[in-house]
Amino acid sequence: MRDFVYDRADSADAAQTAAKEGARAIAGGTNLLDLMKHEVETPDRLIDVNRTGLDQIEEADGGLRIGALVRNADLAAEERVRRDWPLLSRAILAGASPQIRNRATTAGNLMQRTRCAYFYDLGSACNKRSPGSGCDALNGVNRMHAILGTSEHCIATYPGDMAVALVALDAEVEIAGANGKRTVPIAEFHRLPGDRPDRDNVLEDGEIILGVTLPKPTGGAQVYRKVRDRRSYAFALVSAAVDVTVEDGKITRAALTLGSVAAKPWRSNEADKVLVGSEPSRKAFENAADRLLQGAQGHGENDYKIGLARRTLVAALAEATGIDIAGDAA
Amino acid sequence: MMDDMDLSLHHKMEEKDERNQLDQTAQDVLSKPLDRPEGPLKVTGRATYADEEHPEGTAHGVFVRSTVAHGWVTGMNTAALRKMPGVLAVVRDAKMLRNPAQGTAGEAPVQNPNEIFYVGQPIALVVAETLEQARHAALAARPKYEAKDGEFEVPLEDYETPPKKQSSEGDLDSAMGQAAHSVDSIYTTPAMGHAMMEPHAAVAQWDGGKLTIRASCQMLKYNVAELADSLGVKAKNVRILSPYVGGGFGGKLGISHEAVAAALAARKLKRPVSVALHRRNVFEATTRRSETRQRLRLCCDDQGHLTGFGHEAWVSSLHGESFSEPVTQASSFTYAGDNRVIGHHIARLNITCAGSMRAPGEAVGVPIVECAMDELAEKAGIDPVDFRLRNIPEKDPSTGKPYSSNRLADCLTEGAKAFGWEKRGEVAHQREGEWLIGLGVASAVRVNMLMNSEATITLDPDGHAVVETDMTDIGTGSYAILTQLAAEMLGLPMDRVKTVLGDSDLPPSSGSGGSFGAASAGSSVMLAARALREKIAERLGVEEKDVTLKDGNAISGNKVTPLTEILAGERLKAKGEIEPGATGDDVRQATWGAQFAEVAVSAITGEVRVRRLDATFACGRILNPKTARSQCIGGMVFGLGSALTEELSYDLRNGRLMTRDLADYHIPSNLDVPPMNVTFLEDRDPYANPMQAKGIGELACCGTAGAILNAIHNATGIRVRDFPATPDKVIEAIEAAQGQG
Repeated sequence: MRDFVYDRADSADAAQTAAKEGARAIAGGTNLLDLMKHEVETPDRLIDVNRTGLDQIEEADGGLRIGALVRNADLAAEERVRRDWPLLSRAILAGASPQIRNRATTAGNLMQRTRCAYFYDLGSACNKRSPGSGCDALNGVNRMHAILGTSEHCIATYPGDMAVALVALDAEVEIAGANGKRTVPIAEFHRLPGDRPDRDNVLEDGEIILGVTLPKPTGGAQVYRKVRDRRSYAFALVSAAVDVTVEDGKITRAALTLGSVAAKPWRSNEADKVLVGSEPSRKAFENAADRLLQGAQGHGENDYKIGLARRTLVAALAEATGIDIAGDAA
Repeated sequence: MMDDMDLSLHHKMEEKDERNQLDQTAQDVLSKPLDRPEGPLKVTGRATYADEEHPEGTAHGVFVRSTVAHGWVTGMNTAALRKMPGVLAVVRDAKMLRNPAQGTAGEAPVQNPNEIFYVGQPIALVVAETLEQARHAALAARPKYEAKDGEFEVPLEDYETPPKKQSSEGDLDSAMGQAAHSVDSIYTTPAMGHAMMEPHAAVAQWDGGKLTIRASCQMLKYNVAELADSLGVKAKNVRILSPYVGGGFGGKLGISHEAVAAALAARKLKRPVSVALHRRNVFEATTRRSETRQRLRLCCDDQGHLTGFGHEAWVSSLHGESFSEPVTQASSFTYAGDNRVIGHHIARLNITCAGSMRAPGEAVGVPIVECAMDELAEKAGIDPVDFRLRNIPEKDPSTGKPYSSNRLADCLTEGAKAFGWEKRGEVAHQREGEWLIGLGVASAVRVNMLMNSEATITLDPDGHAVVETDMTDIGTGSYAILTQLAAEMLGLPMDRVKTVLGDSDLPPSSGSGGSFGAASAGSSVMLAARALREKIAERLGVEEKDVTLKDGNAISGNKVTPLTEILAGERLKAKGEIEPGATGDDVRQATWGAQFAEVAVSAITGEVRVRRLDATFACGRILNPKTARSQCIGGMVFGLGSALTEELSYDLRNGRLMTRDLADYHIPSNLDVPPMNVTFLEDRDPYANPMQAKGIGELACCGTAGAILNAIHNATGIRVRDFPATPDKVIEAIEAAQGQG
C-alpha cells in the first residue's frame, strides 16, 4: 500500500472542500481499501466522510431522502423502506455479507468499482485501470462480463445490487460540487464505457455525493431476483429488479431493470412501455425482455447471460404479477 | 526424581490384529463425542497460528511475483527497491523455491526461481520494517524477463502416457461391442484450490546456526528435511513449530516458498522475518488440484452385471513433478468387470504446480465413475442403488487380492433406508413451482493407509500423562483423539492427560495427510500406552491383558491399586512406534460409504439448491463421533463445492489465474450447505492397525459430488458432464433438452 494522507471531515462542506483539493472520499472503505492494497487505486489523500452527519433517512415530498452515509444494513432494515420500497431492501440484502453491509454506505455502494479480474490484476491490460493499455477481458475469462452497452475498450460490469433497485425506483443522486448542488437521475449516474472506461460515473472532480432521494412509492408489486453461483457472498450473474402496477387486469406502470449485464443498471423506457397497457402474460413479459435486451452481445464465456437475463426478468415479472409460468418453464 | 524409564514398543502391521484392545478398556472416554481440549483457545483467539507470534524486531517479507508464465528473470530494479521507505533487503536467492515440495518428498523441491514456470511464481522477496512497506516495494519491482512461450493447454496426443500407469485386462473394446448396455462418456473437472482458512505463513529466527521457524505445516518430519535440504543446513539445526494449523487439505504437505524465503531473509538480516502469503499467492503459487478430463467406458449384460470397466484420465502438472492427480486410484478395485482399462495421461503446463488436495484421485475420479454408473443403471433400467449392489466384487478385480473389509453393500443398503431412497421418482418427475426435485446416490471409496509414526507418553509420579509427537492438528481433532486414546489406554480422566503436538523436536509422526493421521499417530500413542501398561502389569505381577486401568487405578483380580502407588515416585516414559507392514500389500484396504443428495433445480435459472445430504460410512473404529462427524460434514461441503461452485479459471492465452481470491473462487457459503446426516457403521478392520481405526475426512469428499450430479439428472433429465454444475451450464442443458423435446 502506498503512503497517503488521511484527514477527517466534520461536515459535508469540509468534505467537499477536501474533494476539490483532490482528496478521495472514504466511508465504509469496503472496496477502496482493497483497491489501495492492490494498488489498483493509489490516492495521495483520503478524506474520511464518516463524521459529516450525512447518515440520516428523512421523509421528503412523500418519498425518502437517504443520506450518503446510511449503512447498507440500516437502509435495508428501515421500516419505511421495507414497507414501501421492498425492492430496495431485497436488493441490498442480496449483496455482499452482513459484515460488509454493516460497514458499506449508500454513496459508497454507488461508487463501487467493477469486479473484472483484469481490472484487479496489475499485470493485465485494462483500459479502466490504465487507459490505453487495452482490454484483456474482451477475449479472456469473461463469464461475469457485460452483454449490453459495451465498447471495444471495456466489457466490465457494474457489479452491485442496490443501484439496480434504485434505477427501477427512479431514484435521484444529490451531488455537491464547487458550483453548488446538482441532482442526477440514478439511471444517468453510471456511465457506459465508450472510449473512457476509466470514468465509471458522471461525478466530476471535486464532487461528492450527499444522498439519494426516492420519489413517493408507486404502490406497485416489486421483486428483486438475483442469480448467482452461490447463495450468499457472490456477485450476480444477472439480476432483475421490477416494479409493476396492475389495475383492472392491465399493466399501468412498469419499471424493469437488469443488473450485472452492463457498466450500469440496464433499463429502457421502451421496454417499460412494451408492458404498459397489456395484460400480464408470459408473452408480454418476453416481449418486454427482448426489448430490454435488444442489442445484447456475448463475448464467449458470457453468451449465456442473454438467455439467462431474459428468463430471469420474465420470472421476476411473473412473480410480481402473480402469473404462473413455472409449469411451462421446462 | 529418578531417571526416565526407557520403555518402548514397536509394532509392524505384518498380520491382522484381532485383539481389539480398545474394546476391552474401561475408562470409557474413547469413541465418545468429547470436545476438543484446545477448542476454547481457538474460539477465543488465544491459539496462535503461524503468523500470530512475532519475536521482537520481526521484519516482514512480501514476494515479487512473476507476471510471465515461462522464461527467465534477467534482472530487477533491486537497487531502487532497496532505497524505498523501510526496505531492508531484496532477497534473490537460488535456494528459493520454484514450487512447494510434494507430500512426503523429504527433500528440496525444484529451486532457483530465476527460471520461471508459471505466472505468480515468487521470484524475489522484499523485506521491510512493515508489511505495508514490503508490499508496496514488491509491487514496485520491475523484473526483466527473457520470456518463452508457455504451454497452457495441449492437444491430447501431446500428453505423456507413462507405461507404469496404464493397465488392462481382457478386451474392453469387444466387451463394449457385445454388451447389452454401455456408456462411453467424457467428463471434465476444473482445477481447484485448497482454499484453507489460514494462508501459508512462516516466521523464521536464527540462533547461531540453528533455525527455529513457526510455520503452517502438515508433516513436520518431512518438512524439516525439505527445509534443511533447501537451505543447505543439517536437519538437526532446523526446528519447525506448527502447534495450530488453520486447515491444509494437502496444500501444506510439503515445505513452501514462505518458509524457505523467511529463513534465507532472516539469516541475511540477522533478525526474525515473517512471510505470510497473500491469498493470491496461495492460489497462484502453492499447489492446486489438477483439472481432469476423464473417459468412462462401462458396459453390462442384460442383468446389469458389469462386463467392462474403463477409466482413462488426462491431468496436468509442471515439468518434472512426479505427482499427478491419481484419478483412477479407486477404479481398479471398486466395481466388477472382467474387461478393464485404466489410463493415465499427463500434460506439462505452465500453470500452478499440481499437488495433493483432499482425497487426491478419488475426490475427482470417484464422482465421475459414479455419474457414469448412474448413466449405465438408467440405460439398463435398474435402480441405481441396486445396480451398484449387483457389481460389488468378491475380491479386488484387478489384483485378485481379498479386501481387508468391504462394507460398500452395507453402506448402500443402510444409507438408502436412512435417506428414504424409495421415494425417488422417475427422471424429471417431481416439481415444486419452478423447482425440479431429484434424488441421487453415489458410492464413496477411498484407499486406506498407514504410515510410520512415533509418540511418547510420560507418566508422572502424580498420575498425570503427557503425550508428545510431532503430529499436527490441522483442524481435524488430533489433540482430542490422541488425548482420548492415552486416557483410555491408561485409565486416566481426560483432564489428567495433556497432548503436545506440532513441534519437530518431538518424536516423528506420520503428520497429517491422506486421512492416515488418526490411524498412524493414534497407533503410536496406543503402543506407547501399551508399553506403560506392560510396565504397570509387571509391577503388579500380572499380564498386561489382565490389568484394568480406570480413574487412576489399576485393577487386577479383586485388587485395586492407585497408579501413584505403583509409580512410587517414579516417572515412566514410553515410546510407541507403528510401522506399516504386509497388511498394506496383502489385502486391499479401503474405506467405504454411500452418499445421497436431494436437490432442487430452477427450471428458470439453472440454479441448484442442495436440500439434503446424507452419508453412511464404514471407516473403522470411530475415535470421537463429534470430530469424526465434523470431518465428514467438512468433506461433504468440500464435495458440494466441487460439484457446484469451485473452479480455478486460467486465462489460456497467458496462464494467468483469474479466480484467485475468495470472492471469485467460490467455496460454498453457509446458505449453500443443507442439513447433513452422517451415519457411521460399526466397523472393525483388523488389517488396518491395532486400533482398527481408518481414514475419515477424505472419504466424505468422494461421494458427494456424484450424488449431487446424479440428483440433478433425476430432477431434470439432463447430465452436466463439465464440473462444476453452475447455473449457466445447467440452464443451457435444460434449454437444449427442451429444444430436442
